[in-house]
Amino acid sequence: MHWVPGSDRLRAVCHCSAARDFEDPVALWDWLLAHPSGHRPAVPEPTPVPAAAGVS
Amino acid sequence: MTSIPRDQWYVAAYGREIGPALFSRTVCGESILFWRTASGRVTAVADRCVHRRFPLSELPTRLVDDQVVCGYHGFTYGADGRCVAVPGQTRVPRTARLSTYPVVEQDSFVWVWIGDPVLADGTTIPRAPWLTAPDYTTVSGMEPLAARFGLLVDNLLDLSHETYLHGGYIGTPEVASTPITTEVDEAAGIVYVSRRMADAACPPFYSRSTGLTGRITRWQDIEYAPPCLYKLHSRIAPVGCLPDPDGTDLDAFHVEVVYAITPETEHTTHDFWAVARDFALDDEEVSAFLAESNRTVVLQDVAALDVLERVVASEEDGYQELSINIDTGGLAARRILARLAGGRVHQVTS
Ligand code: FES
Ligand SMILES: [Fe+2]
Ligand SMILES: [Zn+2]
Repeated sequence: MHWVPGSDRLRAVCHCSAARDFEDPVALWDWLLAHPSGHRPAVPEPTPVPAAAGVS
Repeated sequence: MTSIPRDQWYVAAYGREIGPALFSRTVCGESILFWRTASGRVTAVADRCVHRRFPLSELPTRLVDDQVVCGYHGFTYGADGRCVAVPGQTRVPRTARLSTYPVVEQDSFVWVWIGDPVLADGTTIPRAPWLTAPDYTTVSGMEPLAARFGLLVDNLLDLSHETYLHGGYIGTPEVASTPITTEVDEAAGIVYVSRRMADAACPPFYSRSTGLTGRITRWQDIEYAPPCLYKLHSRIAPVGCLPDPDGTDLDAFHVEVVYAITPETEHTTHDFWAVARDFALDDEEVSAFLAESNRTVVLQDVAALDVLERVVASEEDGYQELSINIDTGGLAARRILARLAGGRVHQVTS
């Protein structure tokens, strides 16, 4: 499970590759933890997310 | 119900705190008695005599040849907790025994297992190898915190507070204004929060220790292994200086900031902190400066969290918060902690 807050929006990426953007981290968490409910395979998103460095 | 996860390893002390003398510390509400035996091993037993509950850490209790003689009526215990002598009779009741705690001494810390000893597995303890590595120099300390451990977890997982609470020490405007990446390894139960500032002002904490004067590339990579061990991998380098593709990184300064977050009670915490660096290894002045600065920063957090605890405790269950993007890591940590605390519910009256 993995997500990338970038700009003011938060992008959640589940391990199943479903992705969704949020404005509220609490809602983001609820969605991530609800897997698989409501998780559909990611559709390429038009919103650019600033390049986020990987975690070492 | 307690919010403190049980069946977990917690840091109880630095190894240097425990010698051949009785030493007591409360961890997760349990008062534990430690000493270092003649063989050099740290032993941990309950700090309450089985007879009338006298705290064995209190005078006139004595340690004689690795045996504890209770200062009240003289019950005598071995390092394994077994009672070997009672006053006035030769028969020692079979049940006369202090409960013992699994202990592992590692990376300068003394870890104790709080929970069912049968479940203790020392190989699962998270590591902080820099604290004893020969190519690093470490300064460390511990500050008592009159706040629940969850408030310190929140604090450490959101370093944007450095800009406000620690301005002039470790905070600069870029910390609060640089977006973070948060990642959770569900299987391993680890939270990663990463903030990488490409072009940032150098705070005094790093300019005075590294000697860098211009603007810097500053990476803060947090790795939190709930409940106890928090690591901040900090990389400081001149602007534009990145590690080589193969990972070698000779031109950067690396500081490993390690915290052990140990609940003392439901509402108090032992705030262990350590700063390990891979530069100026023998420079006593740098050591003294980093120790003094980090302690100051920790005490700024302690002052703020002590106040916050009083507020939160007075509002208790109904209290309202508002979370924003910077809180993603803290929220992730809270979820894991709640899961750990609920995994095996242990009723503790707080
Ligand atoms: S309380 Fe310890 S011997 Fe009586
Ligand atoms: Fe802080
Ligand atoms: Zn999913």
